[in-house]
Amino acid sequence: MGSLNTIVGVSLVYVAFLFAVAFAAERAAKKGRGNWLNWPVVYTLSLSIYCTAWTFYGAVGYAARSGLEYLTIYIGPSLVLFGWWWGLRRMVRIGRTQRITSIADMISSRYGKSNFLAIAVTLLAVIGTTPYIALQLQSVTTSFAVFAGTGSDQVDLTATALWVAAGLAIFTILFGTRTLDSNERHYGVVMAIAVEAIVKLFALLAVGVFVVWGIADGPADILTRIESSEISTWQIKGGRWAGLIFLSAAALLCLPRMFQVMVVENENEDHLRTASWAFPAYLMIMSLFVVPIAVVGLDLLPAGSNPDLFVLTIPLATGNESLAMLSFLGGFSSATSMVIVASLALATMVSNHVVMPIWLSATGAGGASVSGDVRSVVIQSRRLSIAAVLVLGYLYYRLSGGGSALASIGLISFAGVAQFLPCLLGGIFWRGANRNGAIAGLAVGFILWAYCLLLPSFGTGTFLSAEVMENGLFGLAWLRPQALFGISGLDPLIHAVLWSISLNTFAFFVVSICGIPSPIERLQGAQFVNVFEHSSRAPTWTDGTAKSEDLMVMAQRILGAREAQRVFEREANRQGIPGLLPEPDADFLQVLERELAGSVGAATAHAMIGQIVGGASVSVQDLMAVANETAQIMEYSSQLEVKSDELSRTARQLGRANEKLLQVSDQKDEFLSQISHELRTPMTSIRAFSEILRDNDRLSNREKRKYSGIINTEAVRLTRLLDDLLDLSVLENGQITLDQGRASLREVIEASLDAALNHTEVKLKVIRSRRDEEIMLDTDLDRLSQVFINLIRNAQKYCDADQPELQIHTYESDGVVTVDFIDNGTPIPDGAQEIIFHKFSRVNPQKAGGAGLGLAICREVMHRLGGEVSYLPGQGSTAFRVTLPQQLKIAAQ
Amino acid sequence: MSTGRSMIFLERQTYRRRRLIDWIRMLPIIGLILWLVPLLWPVDGSGQVSTSDAVVYLFAVWFVLVVIKAISSTALARARRAEDAERGKPDQPEQN
Repeated sequence: MGSLNTIVGVSLVYVAFLFAVAFAAERAAKKGRGNWLNWPVVYTLSLSIYCTAWTFYGAVGYAARSGLEYLTIYIGPSLVLFGWWWGLRRMVRIGRTQRITSIADMISSRYGKSNFLAIAVTLLAVIGTTPYIALQLQSVTTSFAVFAGTGSDQVDLTATALWVAAGLAIFTILFGTRTLDSNERHYGVVMAIAVEAIVKLFALLAVGVFVVWGIADGPADILTRIESSEISTWQIKGGRWAGLIFLSAAALLCLPRMFQVMVVENENEDHLRTASWAFPAYLMIMSLFVVPIAVVGLDLLPAGSNPDLFVLTIPLATGNESLAMLSFLGGFSSATSMVIVASLALATMVSNHVVMPIWLSATGAGGASVSGDVRSVVIQSRRLSIAAVLVLGYLYYRLSGGGSALASIGLISFAGVAQFLPCLLGGIFWRGANRNGAIAGLAVGFILWAYCLLLPSFGTGTFLSAEVMENGLFGLAWLRPQALFGISGLDPLIHAVLWSISLNTFAFFVVSICGIPSPIERLQGAQFVNVFEHSSRAPTWTDGTAKSEDLMVMAQRILGAREAQRVFEREANRQGIPGLLPEPDADFLQVLERELAGSVGAATAHAMIGQIVGGASVSVQDLMAVANETAQIMEYSSQLEVKSDELSRTARQLGRANEKLLQVSDQKDEFLSQISHELRTPMTSIRAFSEILRDNDRLSNREKRKYSGIINTEAVRLTRLLDDLLDLSVLENGQITLDQGRASLREVIEASLDAALNHTEVKLKVIRSRRDEEIMLDTDLDRLSQVFINLIRNAQKYCDADQPELQIHTYESDGVVTVDFIDNGTPIPDGAQEIIFHKFSRVNPQKAGGAGLGLAICREVMHRLGGEVSYLPGQGSTAFRVTLPQQLKIAAQ
Repeated sequence: MSTGRSMIFLERQTYRRRRLIDWIRMLPIIGLILWLVPLLWPVDGSGQVSTSDAVVYLFAVWFVLVVIKAISSTALARARRAEDAERGKPDQPEQN
């Protein structure tokens, strides 16, 4: 018993050491000095809880019994890690963006935050994991027994198991439930299991090195020993080889404890990249010495010794107490780290998905008036769950008697949790997957697993009678547990995995495609499947009814006052509201739900906010709102397009205006020089001749008359120019008074023709229809005549045809009289058609008659008369159109 | 300014990174095939592969895969850091 005391002492010291490590890590993290806690190597080592006591002790036993088949258990996970880019990366990203707390949370969150699904997954995970925890307890107690020497004292053993379970519960509760938010890493736990990972690796390596170089003569000798041992008779069984690789790969993704360390405790996605090669390397080293130990054990130890304990018994048999002690610690580490993480993961699931919903519905019917401190309830429920999980494991160990070979329980457990695989992978890769499909798949998978694998494993007669095993359920031969549908001869494990996984997948698929998922499911589905495409946006809450204060009260209970206030203040800041209470808009509710989800799981958080906000989170109206928003955005963008078209149109107009301005400015400059020339020419002659008259006394009367005549003509010319300018200025300022009269258009035209064509030598042939011109006008006849005269004179002056002629067309419609003056000269070029109406403009400066004011005056006059004079294009010659109302409206002034 | 030249460099780098990711995607498939090779070994007769050879083969595959994976992962990390530095943006999780 002395040796047993030593081992108890050593394990107590070791446990104390683990406590110290965990404490140190927590303190360092709290003080922000824990950079080393975030090393990728810590993440990789924490993944090593995949290697439990089943690996440490069981792998050697497995190798001794079934040769190299044990490698499949490590090849599968290695492949998954090698393929991190395909699946794990996506899972980790989803876990981080959705603040997933467990695998049950992941599945429930994906399928519309369904609590039913969460409870189902939780229960199935507990069923699948409990035997595994029992297995760990068994391995620890068995190793104690080995040290005790006899291993016969059963009472002692169960007592040991109880103590171990209690110790683990205390450790897990201490370090696993310190922080409520599962998304915050459990630094203490992670650090402790990382240390344990090193211990178990080192222990196994030490035993391996001792076996290869201490007992055998190096690798070559080991290879010969392999050939001569019973392991060499091993023959690969194709079905089991491939099937177990698949099964272990699936288990790595689905085991609650693996999900906990891989996804929930993941601090940085980049760590996964390191783990993608480092973890397979770890597995490789762990399994490297398994065969040598098995071979040497089979050689060395008496026939009938338990190969599951070779790792311990070889050092003991060779009198190597300290190596045996190290080996024991390795096994102890493997077992404890697995139990700690598994119970933590299960407890999170149980408290979030089973205890909290029950507690909420029992006490929280009044919505926001949830009484008591929810925070402490969550923590208490989590602590109780940890204890309950360990008690379950212990009870399972007691009841099962701890007899069966370790590996078989491990594989049965693997096959159980592998049932999550279809709905897990379907959920993150296939948007069509829905809740009913997931439920159907899980139900089919688990029923088949239980019927074909779990129940038969308790032995014929325990749950399934020999009758059922032999002839099938209800005597139906095709329902035999190990030969479903009449297909017999398969390995029972492979048989169960094949049927359960394939029918699980089939049910999942068929039910999924038959149903239409709820809106929230579809939104979650899109978020999960397209996690890399868009930044995450969870389904929105309808705001309005929620009271920020109620939310604050609730959030404080769950997150703790300080954390809750921090979140609220941050959100209020974001909304630009001073103080602590943000508007309960959809964005804020979404953030809050995520925060809460980190503590109590997505489904519960959703339900809690739902109680306060009231009603379903996403209704058809919400979706319509989302659709509307999209439509609005599209509308807005098309409006933008229209606006930008408008802008470019305006810009073009502005460009044209600018061009015109420049032209006008040029014209003005030209006119100024023109006008000074126009003024200067008569002034010069007036000055010259007046000087002659003044200074020259000997001028004849004839000469005097001639010179005064010239002076007079020039003065008249000047006056006319100035009159024109004055006239235009008066017209432009609207200072003229109209002198209304009544006459026929014919009279006005005839008067104008007389005035314009009299005393001119150039002959202009005028073509007109007097009959058409019998239109009575009521307007300022003199002004109209002025316009006509101007147009006729222009034709006379500028028409460059050999036989100049002018056609005058007139007609009247709807009280508007139109008069067209069309000559047969060269048309005015496009660019000048508008400019000719501007002041000071002349098409051809060389052919100067006036100062270029005529048309400008015409336009002003017509404007006054309520009409228009414009160039009439497309006539093949110069043409002007005058339109005016038949009846001048005085009011138009 | 040598913006033009650095853009060409960047695109080339991005291209290399994409192909590196393709290679990383392919690795598990290669691994699976190599590890399923034992299924092809004759079960009995003179051509039977001895257990010790099988051990050596399986671990050799494992070792080579780990080494290649380690090299590719490190190269990927370096490529991303270089690219981020080039763009002058902070380190972000991998997008795909």
